Amino acid sequence: MKATVTTHYTATAKLLHWLMAALLFGLLALGFYMHDLPLSPDKLKLFSWHKWAGVSAFLLLGVRLLWRLTHRPPALPEAMPKVMRFAAHAGHLMLYLLMIAIPLSGWLMSSAKGFQTVYFGILPIPDLLDKNKELGDLLALVHKSLNLLFITVLAGHIGAALKHHFIDKDDILTRMAPRHSKENRA
Amino acid sequence: MKRITLALAFATLIPTVHAVEYTQVQADKSAVNFTYKQMGVAVDGKFRKFSSSLNFDPAKPANAKASFDVDLASVDTGAAEGDDEVAGKAWFNTKAFPAARFVSASIKALGGNRYEVAGKLTIKGHTQDLVIPATFAAQGNSGVFDGSFTIRRADFTIGEGSWAKFDIVANDVLIKFHIIAASK
Repeated sequence: MKATVTTHYTATAKLLHWLMAALLFGLLALGFYMHDLPLSPDKLKLFSWHKWAGVSAFLLLGVRLLWRLTHRPPALPEAMPKVMRFAAHAGHLMLYLLMIAIPLSGWLMSSAKGFQTVYFGILPIPDLLDKNKELGDLLALVHKSLNLLFITVLAGHIGAALKHHFIDKDDILTRMAPRHSKENRA
Repeated sequence: MKRITLALAFATLIPTVHAVEYTQVQADKSAVNFTYKQMGVAVDGKFRKFSSSLNFDPAKPANAKASFDVDLASVDTGAAEGDDEVAGKAWFNTKAFPAARFVSASIKALGGNRYEVAGKLTIKGHTQDLVIPATFAAQGNSGVFDGSFTIRRADFTIGEGSWAKFDIVANDVLIKFHIIAASK
């Protein structure tokens, strides 16, 4: 890996970031919406779609992690205080951990509740757990709690990006924007 | 002389193999399960309560009789909201039709431990003729019956209205039973 300091994200990194942003917002909205619906064929359909989208997000995260590990992201602004740097790294680490833990908890919950996840109705994902009502209810609580935590960290992520843009007036937000790299490539 | 009386005494004690008739169904050791497909994914469920009357002598299957009553409100779909939904009007309508009933008409030996049970299944006011393959095995004083058969839920109007299409919940439902009955 080259040790040179890059100033921009690769187009792939940006694409993965925004693709996952859209997918995860959709998953969150769908998850909270479908949960309270009365049982109907549509509800079962939405649950399946949510599970397929969740598997997709997990796969996309795998690609993203591989890309992240092989491509150094641009450095944080020189002027950033140590505490803020730490907070930024801790926040990103939390986001990654939650993006791993949330789909896993959803998959395990489905198994424990006796509803296997079959990707797009074609590819069966093995059940790691046997059907177990108590465990299923517990995992549902875990899935929900992790998502509430995710929303909290996400609010911090978005809030920090906006603070960098409007208060610090640095390029933290814009360097993740689609056209940024073209403008800065000399 | 003494020897003969002893032999006679034993002879009355030992039941002949052909006279074993299994009649006491042990509901707590028996099970009625079902499997169906939800958007192509197999989902299992079971019924917690059922009662049965049985007269089965493996040597005389032609004289055998079986009837089952499954308490439909005892359904376990794996989710509380599923149990409530399935007990409701669109599915079993358990208030009007509390039980599914199967009554055998004839039982045929197919050789080995295999039998064929023909009879009528009534659910939700609809009756269908069924032929159910079953196996029988003697285990000590008990007889173990295993088998499975597929019904189409639409034949019994199970799942009406928005559930009537088969895109989400498939028409075919596999019923599996494991019945243990003691001999008298």
